[in-house]
Amino acid sequence: MLKLEHIYWNTPDGTPILKDVDLAIGDGGLTAITGPNGGGKTTLAKIIAGIEHPMKGRIVFEGEDITDMDVTERAKRGISYAFQTPVRFKGLTVTDLLEMAAGRRLDEAARCELLSKVGLCAKDYEGREVNASLSGGEIKRVEIATILARKSRLMVFDEPEAGIDLWSFAGLIDAFEQMKAEGVGTQVIISHQERILQVADRIVVIEDGLVKEDGARDAILPHLLESSRCPRCPMPDPEVRARHAAKEARR
Amino acid sequence: MKAATEELLKLVSDWKGSFCGAYNIREDGKSVGRLSTEHIKVEPKQDGTGLDIIVAPGTKGEQVAIPACVTVGDFNDLVYNDFYIGEGADVTIVAGCGLHNDTGEAARHNGIHRFFLKKGSHAKYIEKHVGVGKGTGRRSIDPVTEVFLDEDAMLEMDTSQLSGIDTTRRVTKGTCGKGAKLVIHEHLLTEKDQRATTEFEVSLDGEGSSVDLVSRSVAKDDSVQSYRSKIVGNARCTGHSECDAIITGHGKVSASPQLDANNEDAALIHEAAIGKIAGEQILKLRTFGLTEEEAEEKIIQGFLR
Repeated sequence: MLKLEHIYWNTPDGTPILKDVDLAIGDGGLTAITGPNGGGKTTLAKIIAGIEHPMKGRIVFEGEDITDMDVTERAKRGISYAFQTPVRFKGLTVTDLLEMAAGRRLDEAARCELLSKVGLCAKDYEGREVNASLSGGEIKRVEIATILARKSRLMVFDEPEAGIDLWSFAGLIDAFEQMKAEGVGTQVIISHQERILQVADRIVVIEDGLVKEDGARDAILPHLLESSRCPRCPMPDPEVRARHAAKEARR
Repeated sequence: MKAATEELLKLVSDWKGSFCGAYNIREDGKSVGRLSTEHIKVEPKQDGTGLDIIVAPGTKGEQVAIPACVTVGDFNDLVYNDFYIGEGADVTIVAGCGLHNDTGEAARHNGIHRFFLKKGSHAKYIEKHVGVGKGTGRRSIDPVTEVFLDEDAMLEMDTSQLSGIDTTRRVTKGTCGKGAKLVIHEHLLTEKDQRATTEFEVSLDGEGSSVDLVSRSVAKDDSVQSYRSKIVGNARCTGHSECDAIITGHGKVSASPQLDANNEDAALIHEAAIGKIAGEQILKLRTFGLTEEEAEEKIIQGFLR
């Protein structure tokens, strides 16, 4: 479905962030991209969405070279992107955003279904402005709902867990799993969250601008949790490591 | 009634061939239709300068429409309308103004509206201004609104001017008695070389009185806007004014708030934000497949709603 071929990207001051990233993502399933902060994960996600463009390299989506396409063109071809820090709009309501994302009018049942998947009640939220009156967690959930509304073939979520409460997070995991089970698109999730890594089919570790590890979840996750390169705890203390080991044993 | 007037009525007062309730239709300075109801009297002033609209005490859920239309150039319309809202009444007032000018001469409407709300009454006042026509003559609307709120009275004013007016000076003044509440939401869009000035001045004289002024505007092209607000707190009261403006092209906006607290229990706030549409807002909507232009249009539509 998606091929990233020899992708390079530098910051405006010339600092290299991505250094020859080669990655292919197949049709369907959930791929988690993880790794230490500053390793290039978010940059890679933005390059997939067309928000940033590589200095070198080629991007192919469903057989078509999209390297030079902008955000709008990529969205029209079926790539959606959930921002790590969602954008606020004075005047636009939750319903406005959901309908723009879906590209059509949504009836009450459709709005309710989308919002309930991210732990929001449509009655309370569909008329709310997406402005400063929404908390960080609320607006994050609205952001995720817009991606669900698009039903894109490739959905890229940049740290969906950030700023979201535990209860909503559980609902979000259910939504990711449900989409996977129903074969709704291909999910690429940038995350540090162990719970998200646990529902991934495949885990890619990006570190220092390179793909350091890439494989099936069961092959990568135990190693990640136990190693000193665990994305959640780069230098975990013995107690934390023991808890991880016990949890793995229970599973 | 002229066809041009009917078209303007659709734009400024949701005219669908008739009004529900009392009304007066003003066309080029003259009444071309008027109706009073059992509870709402629409009467010409004795000096012929305008109308007195008298709402009986306790009237609930009724509406009165007082639109004014100018359909010719070289015309300067001036009208004085006074609204008397009886104790405990709850009504909706629609009083838009439309200018249709196909000539090279200027057309202007100046509506001076005063509202006297008695104890415990509530009115929702909807005012839309619009200009149309192919003429090069300037279209100007200069409304003056004065509000006098008795104890526990409340006026909600929703005023908008979204197209076709070359120059406007919009002046609103209010005086709030004990427990009275004034809410004003303004939506303003200027483009090309249009000019708009908004002036609010509200005096909070009664204990527990409040005002909430919110102005959202968009200045496109080479248009220029000016926002002035003054809230005077003379008692224990709360006042809030907010000016949010979006600039596109070479638009210019200036905002000058003034807060005068003459009582230690007066709580007054002003917020202002002026700037172009944030790049990340456009980017977000582009991830939905919208072009940059479509995204900007959607953001402006929502902002001015």
